[in-house]
Amino acid sequence: MPPTSAAERLRTADLAKVIAADIPVGSYVNLGIGQPTTIADHLTDEQDVVLHTENGMLGMGPAAAPDQVDADLTNAGKVPVTELPGAAYFHHADSFAMMRGGHLDVCVLGAYQVAATGDLANWHTGRPEDIPAVGGAMDLAIGARSVWVMMTLFGRDGSPKLVPACSYPLTGVACVSRVYTDHGVFEVGDPSGEVGVLATYGMSFADLQERLDVVLVDRT
Amino acid sequence: MGRTTLHDSVDEAVAGIEDGSTVLVGGFGLAGMPFDLIDALIRQGATDLTVVANNAGNGEVGLAALLKAGRVRRILCSFPRQVDSYVFDDLYRSGRIELEVVPQGNLAERMRAAGAGIGAFFSPTAAGTALAEGKETRVIDGREHVLEHPIRGDYALIAAHRADRRGNLVYRKTARNFGPVMATAATTTIAQVTEVVDTGTLDPEAVVTPSIYVDRVVAVEPQHHTVQGAR
Repeated sequence: MPPTSAAERLRTADLAKVIAADIPVGSYVNLGIGQPTTIADHLTDEQDVVLHTENGMLGMGPAAAPDQVDADLTNAGKVPVTELPGAAYFHHADSFAMMRGGHLDVCVLGAYQVAATGDLANWHTGRPEDIPAVGGAMDLAIGARSVWVMMTLFGRDGSPKLVPACSYPLTGVACVSRVYTDHGVFEVGDPSGEVGVLATYGMSFADLQERLDVVLVDRT
Repeated sequence: MGRTTLHDSVDEAVAGIEDGSTVLVGGFGLAGMPFDLIDALIRQGATDLTVVANNAGNGEVGLAALLKAGRVRRILCSFPRQVDSYVFDDLYRSGRIELEVVPQGNLAERMRAAGAGIGAFFSPTAAGTALAEGKETRVIDGREHVLEHPIRGDYALIAAHRADRRGNLVYRKTARNFGPVMATAATTTIAQVTEVVDTGTLDPEAVVTPSIYVDRVVAVEPQHHTVQGAR
């Protein structure tokens, strides 16, 4: 089991390791573009996790080495990847049917903001100069049985990203169940807005309650 | 409609695409993009097109080249903004192209619905978000769903791995992506393949797109491009 408290905030790689350890044995998992992709590096053979990539594959392997690059085989971030024994390919409508149909056990996404009630904002800053691009984020948010978020707890300006209500455009409503951050792990999605604290890193429960504008409950 | 025809050149294969057509363009990033058919479409000259594709072009090849040539009035896609989508970005920011952003699963399912004769369908994706604004909603089993309508193409341009002479298609790895569903959703589906083999050579159990969905086939030397700077 990963530690439920640490003196320092977790580095990204250590957070990825914590999330990897929480993925149940035998799960079918989708890891979002960006930081969540690195969780794959910490999954063990014993976990026997099968990775789904929404561009049409189960059994995705690691990124391709330069001599393995195949233009016909990429992940959702368009990075050349490899296939593992037992892999399967399928078209896009099937790929999203297995997602929407509740067949994926876990997906881990990045986020701009998560609300205490489980609302997710991760697709658009809402700034008029930014070109909107949603990809599979909205389908993933409502499709996987468990939707987890991996993010820093505070933005570059120091403002919390775990909030009472998202100010960024929503990706999905009441869809996130757990939020993994450099400063702690949180259970969200309770309609009351109460947020469970499962672990703290580099901040005490009291520190977190001081900085966050949501009602926290200590579950460490 | 009718039996699949085999063509000697990509220019012959794209003949007749009219100005103002809706064209479904296969590919996810550059994997499975029908580069040669798009190049032929640029030479052919059809303009004022509506394009349906997952992305809005990468670099200056394939779909990006079609955009750069100024042939596309409107694009429906899930993820236009990418590290190397500068051709689209410039057109969009200068107001020279219309964009409709569609969640990727809804994009695929809306084309599947078109090919399968479904009038419209309720999807939970995007419920409660800006992309559902103005759309009919319904609570089904306690969950909000959004009514989504089919997306039909006049033409689909797709890339597959092999065809047999009858027009059955097999794909290769994740280059399959939107090909099979686009093939069903267009009035005329045009497939570029790396090889046309004799009928009876493909394992019928392994055929992904049956010939009934395929109108024209042309064999080309495959081009391989990967997205630069992807992460």
